Amino acid sequence: MSETTTKTKTGWLHLMKPYFEDMKHTMYLWRRNKLAIVGSVIIAAFLFIAIFAPLLTPYQPDIQNLSEKLLAPSSQHPFGTDQFGRDILCRILYGSRIAIQIVLIVTIISSFIGISVGVTAGYFGGIVDEILMRITDMFLAFPRLVLAMAFAAMLGPNLTNMIIAISLVNWTPYARISRAEALRVKGQPFIESIRSMGASNFRIMFSHVLPMTISPVLVQLTLRMGTIIITAAGLGFLGLGAQPPSPEWGVMVSDGRSYLIDQWWVSTFPGLAIAIVVFGFNLLGDGIRDMMDPRLRR
Amino acid sequence: MNIWTYILKRLLLMILVLFGVACIVFFIAHVIPADPISAMLGGNAPDDVIKRVEAQLGYDQPLIVQFYKFISGALVGDFGLSLRTNNPVMQDINNYFPATLELTIFAILISTILGIVLGVLSAVHRNKMIDHFSRIFSIIGVSMPVFWTGLLLLLLFYYRLDWLPAAGRLEFFTLPPDHITGMYLLDSLLTGNWEVFKDALRHIILPAFCLGFLATASIARTTRASMLDVLKQEYITTAKAKGLKKNVVINRHALRNSLIPTITIIGLTFGSLLEGAVLTETVFSWPGLGRYITQGLLFLDYNSVMGGTLYIAFVYSIANLVVDILYAVLDPRMRT
Amino acid sequence: MEKRGNLLNVSDLHVVFYTYRGVIKALNGVELWMDKGERLGVVGETGCGKSVTSRAVMNLIEDPGKILSGSVLFEDRDILKLKESEVRKIRGNEISMIFQEPKSSLNPVMNVGFQIAEVLGKVNNKPIKSQYKPAAQMLEFVGLDSERVMTMYPHELSGGMAQRVMIAMGLAPKPKLLIADEPTSALDVTIQAQILELLDDLVEKLGNAVMLISHDMGVVAEFCNKILVMYAGNSVEYASTKTLFKNPLHPYTTGLLKAVPQIGRTDELKAITGTVPDLVDPPSGCRFHKRCPQVMDICKKERPPFIQVEDDHYVACHLWNNKESSDEQKGGESQ
Repeated sequence: MSETTTKTKTGWLHLMKPYFEDMKHTMYLWRRNKLAIVGSVIIAAFLFIAIFAPLLTPYQPDIQNLSEKLLAPSSQHPFGTDQFGRDILCRILYGSRIAIQIVLIVTIISSFIGISVGVTAGYFGGIVDEILMRITDMFLAFPRLVLAMAFAAMLGPNLTNMIIAISLVNWTPYARISRAEALRVKGQPFIESIRSMGASNFRIMFSHVLPMTISPVLVQLTLRMGTIIITAAGLGFLGLGAQPPSPEWGVMVSDGRSYLIDQWWVSTFPGLAIAIVVFGFNLLGDGIRDMMDPRLRR
Repeated sequence: MNIWTYILKRLLLMILVLFGVACIVFFIAHVIPADPISAMLGGNAPDDVIKRVEAQLGYDQPLIVQFYKFISGALVGDFGLSLRTNNPVMQDINNYFPATLELTIFAILISTILGIVLGVLSAVHRNKMIDHFSRIFSIIGVSMPVFWTGLLLLLLFYYRLDWLPAAGRLEFFTLPPDHITGMYLLDSLLTGNWEVFKDALRHIILPAFCLGFLATASIARTTRASMLDVLKQEYITTAKAKGLKKNVVINRHALRNSLIPTITIIGLTFGSLLEGAVLTETVFSWPGLGRYITQGLLFLDYNSVMGGTLYIAFVYSIANLVVDILYAVLDPRMRT
Repeated sequence: MEKRGNLLNVSDLHVVFYTYRGVIKALNGVELWMDKGERLGVVGETGCGKSVTSRAVMNLIEDPGKILSGSVLFEDRDILKLKESEVRKIRGNEISMIFQEPKSSLNPVMNVGFQIAEVLGKVNNKPIKSQYKPAAQMLEFVGLDSERVMTMYPHELSGGMAQRVMIAMGLAPKPKLLIADEPTSALDVTIQAQILELLDDLVEKLGNAVMLISHDMGVVAEFCNKILVMYAGNSVEYASTKTLFKNPLHPYTTGLLKAVPQIGRTDELKAITGTVPDLVDPPSGCRFHKRCPQVMDICKKERPPFIQVEDDHYVACHLWNNKESSDEQKGGESQ
């Protein structure tokens, strides 16, 4: 027993080593893949806009200026103004901050829930697996948006609750994938040998099973980021998420509905912003998936 | 295991899952909201009014009792009364569901046919013009939010071109056909009512296309990917070595195998179609279940929300079951 | 371009594959021929081009592969020059092929009976439904219980059974040539023997020619009367089985035989030094020169032609290339 304790380093750095190795290889493949690059550019632009929004526009997103209402796109207002005289481009730029918040927080929460459920279910198997999987099925029995709508409405429509609602609905694919990976890794002989050396279940799950699940989950994460934005926009559009005067893109599209006939820009541009960002995430996700495909991975 | 045992197993599983779903729905409606009654009546309602409504709706009973009532009611289709329409929720559901069903079926038909054709063409003519066009179209399609697509379609076909109508299932003064299924297209065909059929068709095209747009993209992608995968398989080489014509190889040998993942995607898109229906119905003022639930949520009409959501979950589960069965029929390996 | 065989003549076949790493020059002027009813074994390491050659014979090379030049004369017709519809008439009819992984080579969603009936339907130009009886007979012919197996699906079969089904499919059209691409490599050793015996038995009865491709010298020695040795996309030696084993001429063949365990051998097994060359950037001249224990200067510069050295014995090696080799050898061997 004392031999094993002297041989195994228990530092944090050592636990994380498998993740770092994988990262290096991934970076190398990234540069060689065209789709991923285009997607990355779009997302990088998106991040840039979100961080530097106030510097990119002379206007304010929530100050009303009724004398300038419903102006068509011009050099002064590239995307026109809405019914309260607010510059639409400016609101879209500020809206990106909201979109990023949503994507990041939802991704973190839902991946945490999903991976925990999945790895636990896959690793322990048996009754634990059955129960966790039935619970997953129950969440999957609803169309996602409907369930998120219900959660958001019941919690009270605002940004925070919307984030919670979407997280509660978004974790299921991560659970499925990490469970499948956990099952696969569990059967490998090296797990048995580590266990026979006295490693605890938690340590095995964290240091050995978990790193294997990262790659496929990462692909799903990026692919889902687009869906998260779309779901959030949908909730905003229906009035069940962020509320006006928040410059959330879905809310903006909904705002412009009554003016669609003659002032088409009020709804069109926010929707375009959504489409472009989601497009970027999808390209990135597709590119990453191609890279992660074990047959193509060199 | 033969196919009947498989179906039975899946049915039992489905019932179990639906029970869990009912628990979740109940949880959402009764446990989460801090104070549903005040929310319904507005913040300033006097206490005795609140107490009266509570007793009326049974909210003063212990949670378990409420749950029991809910489940026993749900089993017979009694979800109580809708606070908005004052009808039994089940009646509302019966009125609105066929509209959603019709829209969804139409959308599935369009998107499956278009999607599979695009996907197969893409795979067979890999890296040529049609492949690139189809792939870009697919990614764009999956990226556009449904409600935005809807608004754009409205802008183009209604406001600018005035080819197609904007709202509802029929023109304001047109009477719906005799009620057989509740689906206007079907009913008008069955009763030979040609005028109404044309009108209903005009009204359904835009929302169905809007709804199906996303699904077409996603089906095309999956079909392409799985067809490419199948074409690399060894049994395709065997088929070619047998000297069969290219069409035969694709249609008889490759297609059935490649449809297997496509069917899964169709099942998944059915789910996203139901979601999309909620948004599409709002944009096109389509009187379906999606819009009913949305309005129920906005007005905190719990009974209609619970009933409607549970009903949708039920339909969705049945759709998944059908997909699983189809899967087992198509792929003999799945029957074990 | 002499016609060396009366059934099949492959001459100067060049095939490449376009990949992201570069152009793989898979076949570098392969020569191969067969007589009617003959059994030719094609041996070589993985990657030497034996499977590619067999696909080329049926003109089944597809994107990203391309046949650059050469001819494949089947009886009197050059398959590479025929229209696709003409070639299709030959495939699965006069020439048929069976593959290495029988379970993956059968379509998983169709039952066995259908897959065999399909071949018969095409050959006899009759609807597939009418061919189930003859299909069942073929199954009996390969030693399977047709009543049970006709309705089974590929995933329900064992490896040996699946290969029997493939053989049934391959022999059903009574082809003139059966190409068997590593038919036993995926099977257990005992099943291997069974399948080879079966094949031997059936081919005797039907009298068709067989091209047996394998990396296993033992299998080929057992079954074939002629052997063609390939290396890195070239034919390097051709002889009857007896002659090849008794008197191998090409250094590669000698190396191969030395590395194969045989009953009665007591000397050490010797491996050939080095590894298979990268076909994107192959060695100049003779592709074997970097590993050859008898390499000469000319080997690095010129590719040796595949020429007849004695009766029914061909080699592609400068050692036996009469014009230059004698001068070289007299001039002393270089490394």
